Amino acid sequence: MSHAESDPASETAPDTKQGVGARMLRKEDDRFMRGRGQYVADIRLAGLQDVAFVRSPLAHARIKAIHVPERYRDVVFTAADLDGIKPIRAVSGLPGFKISEQPILATGKVRHVGELVAMCVAPTRAEAEDIAASVTLDLEELPAIHDMLAARDPGAALVHEHWGDNVFLESSFEVDITKAFDAPIKVTRELSTARQCMSPLEGRGVIATFDHRLDQLTLYTGSQMPHIVRNGLSDCMGVDQGQIRIVSPDIGGGFGHKGILLPEEVCLSWLALRKGYVARWIEDRREHLIASANCREHHYKITVYADRDGRLRGIDCEATVDSGAYSSYPFSACLEAAQVASILPGPYVMPAYRCRTFSAATNKCPILPYRGVARTGVCFALEIMLDAVAVAAGIEPGEVRLRNLIQPDQMPFDNITKKHFDSGDYPEAMNRALAAIDIPSVRSRQRAKEPDGRLIGVGLSIYCEQAAHGTSVYAGWGIPMVPGHEQATARMTPDGGLELRVGVHSHGQGLETTLAQVAYEILGIETKLIRVVHGDTAMTPYSTGTWGSRSMVMAGGAVATACIEIAERAKKIGAKLLQLDPAIVTLRDGRVCGPNSSIALAEIAHTWYRRPQDLPADVDPAGLESTTGYKPQRDSGTFSYAAHAVTVAVDPDLGEVEILDYVIVEDGGVLVNPMIVDGQIYGGLAQGIGTALYEEMPFDSAGQPLATTLADYLLPGPAEVPEPRLDHMETPSPYTMFGVKGVGEGGAIAPPAAITNAVNDALRPLGVELLHSPISPRRIVEAMLAARDAERSAA
Amino acid sequence: MKAAAFAYERPTDLNTALALIAKADGTTKIIAGGQSLGPMLNLRLVEPDTIIDISGLAELKRAERDGDELVIGACVTHGDVEDGRIPDVTRGAMQRVASAIAYRAVRNRGTIGGSLSHADPAADWVSSLSGLGARITLRSAAGVRNLPIENFITGALESALQPGEIVEAVRVPVMTPSAHWGYVKACRKIGEFAHAIAAVLIDPERATARVVLGALETAPIVLSDASALFGGRVTGDFKQHFDARVADAILIKAGVANAVDRHIHVAVLRRAINEAAA
Repeated sequence: MSHAESDPASETAPDTKQGVGARMLRKEDDRFMRGRGQYVADIRLAGLQDVAFVRSPLAHARIKAIHVPERYRDVVFTAADLDGIKPIRAVSGLPGFKISEQPILATGKVRHVGELVAMCVAPTRAEAEDIAASVTLDLEELPAIHDMLAARDPGAALVHEHWGDNVFLESSFEVDITKAFDAPIKVTRELSTARQCMSPLEGRGVIATFDHRLDQLTLYTGSQMPHIVRNGLSDCMGVDQGQIRIVSPDIGGGFGHKGILLPEEVCLSWLALRKGYVARWIEDRREHLIASANCREHHYKITVYADRDGRLRGIDCEATVDSGAYSSYPFSACLEAAQVASILPGPYVMPAYRCRTFSAATNKCPILPYRGVARTGVCFALEIMLDAVAVAAGIEPGEVRLRNLIQPDQMPFDNITKKHFDSGDYPEAMNRALAAIDIPSVRSRQRAKEPDGRLIGVGLSIYCEQAAHGTSVYAGWGIPMVPGHEQATARMTPDGGLELRVGVHSHGQGLETTLAQVAYEILGIETKLIRVVHGDTAMTPYSTGTWGSRSMVMAGGAVATACIEIAERAKKIGAKLLQLDPAIVTLRDGRVCGPNSSIALAEIAHTWYRRPQDLPADVDPAGLESTTGYKPQRDSGTFSYAAHAVTVAVDPDLGEVEILDYVIVEDGGVLVNPMIVDGQIYGGLAQGIGTALYEEMPFDSAGQPLATTLADYLLPGPAEVPEPRLDHMETPSPYTMFGVKGVGEGGAIAPPAAITNAVNDALRPLGVELLHSPISPRRIVEAMLAARDAERSAA
Repeated sequence: MKAAAFAYERPTDLNTALALIAKADGTTKIIAGGQSLGPMLNLRLVEPDTIIDISGLAELKRAERDGDELVIGACVTHGDVEDGRIPDVTRGAMQRVASAIAYRAVRNRGTIGGSLSHADPAADWVSSLSGLGARITLRSAAGVRNLPIENFITGALESALQPGEIVEAVRVPVMTPSAHWGYVKACRKIGEFAHAIAAVLIDPERATARVVLGALETAPIVLSDASALFGGRVTGDFKQHFDARVADAILIKAGVANAVDRHIHVAVLRRAINEAAA
């Protein structure tokens, strides 16, 4: 139901219901809002020492010598000390992939500014930094590759010499492209998105300690994917998985950055395992900006072919992604670029398509998957192209989209790249967005002109977000991590409560609430009596973790499955206690009910655990605890989507952009907690506005990052993020438990395209078209001055 | 990052502070609100041997009228100005400038003297106080001197402050009733350092115009007689007489080579003039 059709107050107020679909307040917020969350940096262990790293000051150089002052020899460690430690290898099985080995501490060469060269241990971070400052590096500077297109030039300096070029992987996909070449409309553009930095409130942090009783290394690390960290650490360290325990406490935002195995995690593990330190490293914001968490840098050369009425005839694209120096674990250096080829067509139908992609190696830190991953860049490129088609066809941008979107009667639909769209009504979402933003009124306002001289524009974008895609998809990528069945443990406690143990991890998603809602839906146990245990490899079933918007579908499905199993067993016990035939009892509101009598689950639990003498002789010995695996009926992924529509006012003097109105019509399937989904969309929108207007990590020609503090790396703040108008559709997925779909990333995908289209709509009378994000005031002024100069020289 | 080790002194009166500054060995930095120096210490861009914290000096937190000037102690915070805790002689101009400096958290601690000492060309007080025709009072153990702000700021992060001197106060002249004030800055977001600043103080009755173009790569351009921008004469309809080409030429002469930069500075100046005329 849309907001327009219902009382807004009742939609925004928290719900007293608790099951699937309830707008419940988040259980975890009590500790978060009181400042009682526990993050890695809050953990205090006896004997804790701090680590500071000596990092490369150059983007590309041969290491000739590392000079450590004599007095610090015992507390400074370099690659030469790391006996038996293997580099991080994230190999893709895609044909032609070239393997990079990311050293734990640099050996031979440094390949990006900020690469780890040595680690220094001291009682405090300040003292560790003093020691790091005393270490000097003798480096022979090499030409740096700072530009992903230049990286592909013959004769370019080589990031990895033995490759012979700077391309991790080239991939391509082609269907009948030559049939599009005679289309009457042909528009060609070159577009790009800037390198960004993910910038969660909490950076990375690691504490490593060794427990002799358990013969186990415990690594506290803010990780979205603790079990995957254990896989990677075990490979690098050469120790048994059983000797490693990963604990991931509260996490202040991850966005993909906290899914990556860091060399720092291996370093600290080595310090604990081999040197007996209780060692801590807390990433500072400068390290975060310079040496980690970089993302998003795409380049597109793209031609769209269309008929005169705007119907797509085909898309031809060459895309390059700046993958940085190393393939990071576990997603690899090629996931982003290779995904571009398969997802560029978006939710549109077309008869012809070609896309070549390049994952270029450069002397920058590795690119990591950031919320939306390749989709934000793809949506930016495709949706700007659709506006160009609309201009060429002389029709409204909304009309071009409506003529090309997958229609609801085509669902489920296999698109040109064989993506399987499970369900949805994309034209309906677009139509609702068009109605809400009120295109005719924007057009008349444009004709009337603004009293303050600003220019008004309206922009659209629509995307699809494949989520919770599983074995069949990831086996094809051949990366170190392929998700299989997702497992969950559900365990009733003797007093009638419930524990849920899951291997995914909440880094802001509110899983402690939503998984409890799922369990309530099945068992009727009050959510306040349900505890979610996560973030600890010693206490949870194996999982690839929280990424790809998969947790609600996968862990939610696993929790439901485990709870159903407990429900069945409890019903049998309850029937016996009620002296009824198990076939006629039902479970309602936390009670096993017969026609005239009922018994509470809590009483059944009490009997199972504490009065087994009352149980029937043939009781199921598995009891009230179940660990079960789950996969959707199809594991090709759920497809959620949203149409974004935005109006902006652009100041033609200073290039300042004000967002006047922002509408999002979102379909995430059945929503377990619509309030949490709203929060996901707000947060994603803020990040999308950052991509569109503010965030950029520039590099100079020597490969030096130029935005090394938050004074230079601009993030949108509260004043820059408007409150959007949200409208939800809920088309169930036919393949998942409850019909849920993954929705975690979508908010960050569409805003750069929608906002850029709106600015271009505003500036079209001036002959200006912006194709590079972020569309900063300076880029806008530059484009306006260039257009003015071009007009003058033409006149 | 964490700061390198330093010695720390927190004197409680000005004479003790001046004596400490005069006799300190090695490099010394004075800290007041620490809103610029704090991050620089943590980034180890500065590693002084000694930090002298003047935030305990009550003498530097006063603000009082002295003839035709308001004397504002160096340790008065931006928040003190914003909240009206000190007298005003600028018909609200300083209050409006203060309220748009960085974020409130910065304004709670950052001081007017600290901002001027730091001499960041993009800082609001550097340009706005130049526009208001303010002077700065510098004191050392040897004595005291006053300089116009524009003579104090000598470049990016460079000032006329001598070893042993501290900023004691800012002396702001009383704004005439017939004066028009405009102050505009271009920022990409609230709280960001400005990319262009313009401050204008125009008094048609006296036919005077004072114009500052700030947030350049060096010290602001201060035009104490800006009549050339208005066709050579300052009149009541100065807004109509503004000549952007003259402003552009001034920027070229000052070494602003990039046309986009000049466009932005001129656009900001035009807005400040419009604001003054409104």
